[in-house]
Amino acid sequence: MPVYVKDSEKCVGCLICIFACGRAHQAVGLESSCIKVRSQGGISRGFSVWVCRGCEDPPCARACPEDALLVRKNGGVLLNESKCTGCGYCIKACVLDAIGWNSLTNKPVICIQCGECAKNCPYKVMEFKRK
Amino acid sequence: MIKTDPLKRILYIDLTKKKFWVEERPDLFEKFLGGTGVAIALLQENCSSDTDPFSPENPIIFAVGPLNGLFPIASKTVAMFKSPHTGNLGESHAGGRSAIAIRMAGYGAIVIKGKSERPCYISIHGDKVFFRDATTLWGLEESAGRIIRTREPGAGLRTIMRIGPAGEKLVSFACVTLETYRHFGRLGLGTVFGSKNLKALLVSGKRDLSVTDFKEYKNLYSLLLRELSESEKMKKYHELGTPANVLPLSFSKGIPIKNLRTNELLGIENISGEVFAQKHLGRRVACCHCPVACIHLAALRKPYEDEPYFYRTVYLSYDYELIYALGSMLGITSSEDILKLIEVVEDMGLDAISTGVVLAWVTEAFEKGIISEKQTEGIIPEWGNLNAYVEIVRKIVYGESEFYKDIARGVDHASSKYGGKDFALTYGKNEMPGYHTGYGAHIGYLFGARHSHLDSAGYAIDKEAMTKHFTAEQIVEKILNEEQWRQILSSLVICFFGREIYTPEIVLKSLKLAGYELDESNLRKIAQDIYAEKYRFKIKSGFNFDSLNLPRRVFELPSSNGQINEDFARRCIEILKIKIRDLL
Ligand code: SF4
Ligand code: SF4
Ligand code: SF4
Repeated sequence: MPVYVKDSEKCVGCLICIFACGRAHQAVGLESSCIKVRSQGGISRGFSVWVCRGCEDPPCARACPEDALLVRKNGGVLLNESKCTGCGYCIKACVLDAIGWNSLTNKPVICIQCGECAKNCPYKVMEFKRK
Repeated sequence: MIKTDPLKRILYIDLTKKKFWVEERPDLFEKFLGGTGVAIALLQENCSSDTDPFSPENPIIFAVGPLNGLFPIASKTVAMFKSPHTGNLGESHAGGRSAIAIRMAGYGAIVIKGKSERPCYISIHGDKVFFRDATTLWGLEESAGRIIRTREPGAGLRTIMRIGPAGEKLVSFACVTLETYRHFGRLGLGTVFGSKNLKALLVSGKRDLSVTDFKEYKNLYSLLLRELSESEKMKKYHELGTPANVLPLSFSKGIPIKNLRTNELLGIENISGEVFAQKHLGRRVACCHCPVACIHLAALRKPYEDEPYFYRTVYLSYDYELIYALGSMLGITSSEDILKLIEVVEDMGLDAISTGVVLAWVTEAFEKGIISEKQTEGIIPEWGNLNAYVEIVRKIVYGESEFYKDIARGVDHASSKYGGKDFALTYGKNEMPGYHTGYGAHIGYLFGARHSHLDSAGYAIDKEAMTKHFTAEQIVEKILNEEQWRQILSSLVICFFGREIYTPEIVLKSLKLAGYELDESNLRKIAQDIYAEKYRFKIKSGFNFDSLNLPRRVFELPSSNGQINEDFARRCIEILKIKIRDLL
């Protein structure tokens, strides 16, 4: 499990992690990130963080009808863009909602297990462990 | 500016005809960067000198800048309008998720004109704009936001701005609340929403932006993030937040107490930032794209009076200004009481600072016999009496009598009618912020384009003046320089709490990555132009240099820098007048 959420109660909702994920995907903004931070029904109740846990038997890959998601050796998946048709089945398969969607390319944004979100979080809500 | 940057797109919305369109104005964003610079240019284009602030013609302008969405703590949106409270320039800044949401929706500015026939709210999802019926939401207090939140889709990031009953009832100092805890507080933006039958505005969007050099961008980003999270300069905002100032300012006699009648408040230590943190701090929250998380939420546990063993916990944001306006200014020394008063002010949707100063004026006017129980309808306002203040706040919004309608227009209006001008703490008709620290603060409020402590942070000049002697010329110079530099920060739009990190050098570097090739002298020139443009608008709308004066009360009570000398203050005022006229 490369990135795991230690304590989302500490999350302040700054979304610095989302921007970090965008940069990890070579972009500036929100379109190319996969991590999500949502308020738990009103900001006073705090936030929850949704991030890929790098499954070893990833349902997202199993759901892909085109075999566009390759299972990585240490868990998680790699996207083969040329095979991906943009059907969105992977998104539905991930119960953590840890896949983003780029509506310009019409392709999923897949976690690359880089840990940038955890490293950038000012409040250490997440931890990054390389396997 | 980068050619493909959607910043140049301005979304116009006509509430009367329920129409919207987009105009591309790269010229404005090249010349004035964004934020406050572009907003004042748009206000000049869309609001004439005789526009009545309550009329459909009064535009609401929101603007963001080139650094929003690119760099951390560029987290603010600037709102501009003609103020129903002062009849002059209305400008207010707020964060929450608004700046990033507007940027991600693909706009640099939004201009709302006209008036909806029925209560409505606007919902902007990227390129799509919907006019939604809000007749059912009219009259609701905080729940309106919750209802909109659950009903609206929101791919990506979204902001919800809404008004409370104060805005609907056209109280001239009504605020707009964002994401429950942030506000366009001052100068009555909520009133303008109300006058347009506009209950709320939702904006959502999601996109990527461009920079000129991605590698450089990543480097600068990391540097800024580190500085904002770790630098000593940011510590004050991280820990206790702005309430850390309560004790030091009470030692230096700088926190206003009981309408500035005294320097002493027994028990002020019970409303310090330390006490608020220990007893109430329940959660820290940040504006979008800001690592500082300066928003302090207090958890207030309240028993139900009619049902034993039933409690509800409300979360309320507090900061120095609120502890001043709804605490020390009213002689309230219980942190619970301050929170209870904050709660009503939040529910009503009022500007907290103006509300506090109105309550303080009413209390003193009552003491002096200028008004009586006849006007207050039996309520006896007295220092420290929470229940009386809660009742008056509700009457400011819901009251039908002439007196309550009068105080719903602020201290300037009320004191013009009933008397009590000498202790009416207003500047350009706007109520006083929480610093009685010296010349810097008071002259700063008087000349600040929005008569706010944030215009030039005069209290910081006063802090320096406590150990150093300044001439009138030097004070004026400092006020002008600070206010002008702040035009740049608020055009980008960077939160002023990040001002020590965003030095001119850093600003130039980050602007370069956003496609602006500028040097420091260009920046100073733009700053001056924006400042002058605001003053042109002010003068056109009736701002008169020759009637400018500090409230009498200010001279009667020693400040952090001792007694304020009238002649010295006059000198500062005279020099400022000349300097500003020279700029125009
Ligand atoms: S590990 Fe990298 S790619 Fe995955 S969510 Fe975090 S930042 Fe995004
Ligand atoms: S995207 Fe979801 S399903 Fe796929 S590996 Fe990550 S957590 Fe597992
Ligand atoms: S960076 Fe950390 S604190 Fe900020 S939103 Fe992400 S998880 Fe929460």
